[in-house]
Amino acid sequence: MSGARRRLLAWLQRRPAARAWALLGPGMVWLVLFFLLPLVIMAAYSLMPRGTYGGVQPGFTLEHYRRFFDPLYLAILRRTVVWSVGCTVVCLLVGYPVAYLVARAGRWRAVLLFLVVLPFWTSFLVRTFAMIFLLRDGGLVNTVLLRLGLIDAPLTLLYTPFAVLLGLVYGFLPFMILPIYASLEKLDPTLLEAAETLGATPAAGFRRITFPLSLPGVVAGCFLVFIPSMGSFLTADLLGGAKQLMIGNLIQNQFAAARNWPFGSAASFVVTALVLVAVITYLRVREPAADGAR
Amino acid sequence: MAAPPPPSPPVVQLTQVSKSFGEVRAVDRVSLEIRRGEFFSILGPSGCGKTTTLRLLAGFEQPDAGEIRLLGRRVNDERAYQRGIGMVFQNYALFPHLSVERNVAFGLEQRRRPAAEIRVRVERALGMVRLDPATYRARMPAQLSGGQRQRVALARALVLEPEILLLDEPLGAIDLQLRKEMQLELKALNQQLGTTFVYVTHDQEEALTMSDRIAVMEQARVAQLGTPAEIYESPRTAFVARFIGASNFMTGVAARRSGGQWEVSRPGDGVFRVPDHAAIRQGGEVWIAVRPEWMDLWRPGDVPPAENSLGGVVREVIYRGETIHVLVGLTDGEDVTVALRNEGQLSKPLPWRRGDPVAVGWLPEDCQVLEDG
Repeated sequence: MSGARRRLLAWLQRRPAARAWALLGPGMVWLVLFFLLPLVIMAAYSLMPRGTYGGVQPGFTLEHYRRFFDPLYLAILRRTVVWSVGCTVVCLLVGYPVAYLVARAGRWRAVLLFLVVLPFWTSFLVRTFAMIFLLRDGGLVNTVLLRLGLIDAPLTLLYTPFAVLLGLVYGFLPFMILPIYASLEKLDPTLLEAAETLGATPAAGFRRITFPLSLPGVVAGCFLVFIPSMGSFLTADLLGGAKQLMIGNLIQNQFAAARNWPFGSAASFVVTALVLVAVITYLRVREPAADGAR
Repeated sequence: MAAPPPPSPPVVQLTQVSKSFGEVRAVDRVSLEIRRGEFFSILGPSGCGKTTTLRLLAGFEQPDAGEIRLLGRRVNDERAYQRGIGMVFQNYALFPHLSVERNVAFGLEQRRRPAAEIRVRVERALGMVRLDPATYRARMPAQLSGGQRQRVALARALVLEPEILLLDEPLGAIDLQLRKEMQLELKALNQQLGTTFVYVTHDQEEALTMSDRIAVMEQARVAQLGTPAEIYESPRTAFVARFIGASNFMTGVAARRSGGQWEVSRPGDGVFRVPDHAAIRQGGEVWIAVRPEWMDLWRPGDVPPAENSLGGVVREVIYRGETIHVLVGLTDGEDVTVALRNEGQLSKPLPWRRGDPVAVGWLPEDCQVLEDG
């Protein structure tokens, strides 16, 4: 047994290629079986006629993609993009100062980082339900405002775009904070001192040194927030009511209630394509400067 | 070698400046005056407070007590960006996202100089540090060697034509050959531009090579301030004697004063004479340091009567190239090192072998009387 094991290890030692495959193997098998294969199946479904009780029939059609460009669905797509961009912008505006503070917090750093990650300890579903209790007419926010006499009647907070945006920002904020923190944390403080001796005020130092050097973190954070919010459906479902559909809700409905798998697949691929185009465009524009933005 | 007496107020003036971090006194009642155009070094081991002193000058730290004046202006409450001082850092601190040209232009852009002027001045600054603008202008810092990076950092500071340039161990991360070259270049720049250089280093050789004057710091205080010759040839304390160059230390009791000299009797055996010094009291302990190269070896009994003489045995002969160190065990067990000029061991070998009885001789005026033990 141990002899065979030793021989195997020795064999791996001699062959770097075999070693690489042995390390990559499990992950690749997993991704191929549970990611690539389903993706291929969905791509195929999106091009086939719809089955009567779900599923598909043999054949080829572009009908589902054509159908997606109906104004009704385009409105949903537009709303999804607007909310996702809005969510990303708000996350950036709220998250950057937090990341900046955490990166400079000295010995409190670990505690603050812990607090940033703390929400992950509870399921996203539970946290979103908790927001309902906060925002509904008789919820905490309205109760406090009424008691303080700031308002006379409860504000309609729940089932509004505001509630959805709030929920999205709350859910994705840590994904913005963490990468920005990581890039600010490794910033060499003597760079700012050097800038100061060259006449830069602290504000100028931030604008010309700190912010440009934290851009990789900002970009990573924006992607980590924008991409999943493009695909989110839970938040819109629970906090937006049935009124404010996002593209994720549409896809979910097509697979579940409407039993129109091919159309759901087609909608999924449109979203994927949109995100891919956004990412690739960004990388193309960014590429020449990538060398300097170490 | 010695700078002329100051005709104008000192460019840098520290008066009783102190700075603590928590319980630690980093700088303790330091007073310094640095003259216009001087190459002034602050020398000391790590943790002696030299870097904190420089950071106080730069404005990165505020003093707890005392006063800092630059060009006669009190700057205690001025931030670094208001002081108009140039600085070069040990780790270069080049902006990694900006090209060489943009790094050097940074301060000029901050002052909103016109683009044409910036271009000309950046080129001139790069030329000053011997970097060809055509080759290096567009490079990123990551594409430069350590020496080139430090040249860019120097150009970035000098392009603003500061009155005072602070240098925090700027050559510490550069290899020996290049370091020696850049030492001479820095010295030349200092003389050519008339800029006052304040140079922090832990390398005593570097400080001796470049400085007009040196402040040796020990435990947050200035242990001695003087020209390189004063520091090397007349160290005030054992710390300074030990830190700058090698020294033989000897002690004894002041026995008798005659003809401007004191006769000191060693605890074990033997007597030596030292020049008169304010620190010596009749019957008190005397500490001296003698540089190895100021001692000589003789056959026992051959030492000229004007010199001090102590007997011993050769314990080791160490070949060092330029010099040969002979380690002599004195009769009372102490060791001294005598450095002899190497006149060619193949043609004129030293007559001393291990185990030979010898006498160590040196002139009384070459004794450096120390103020402490």
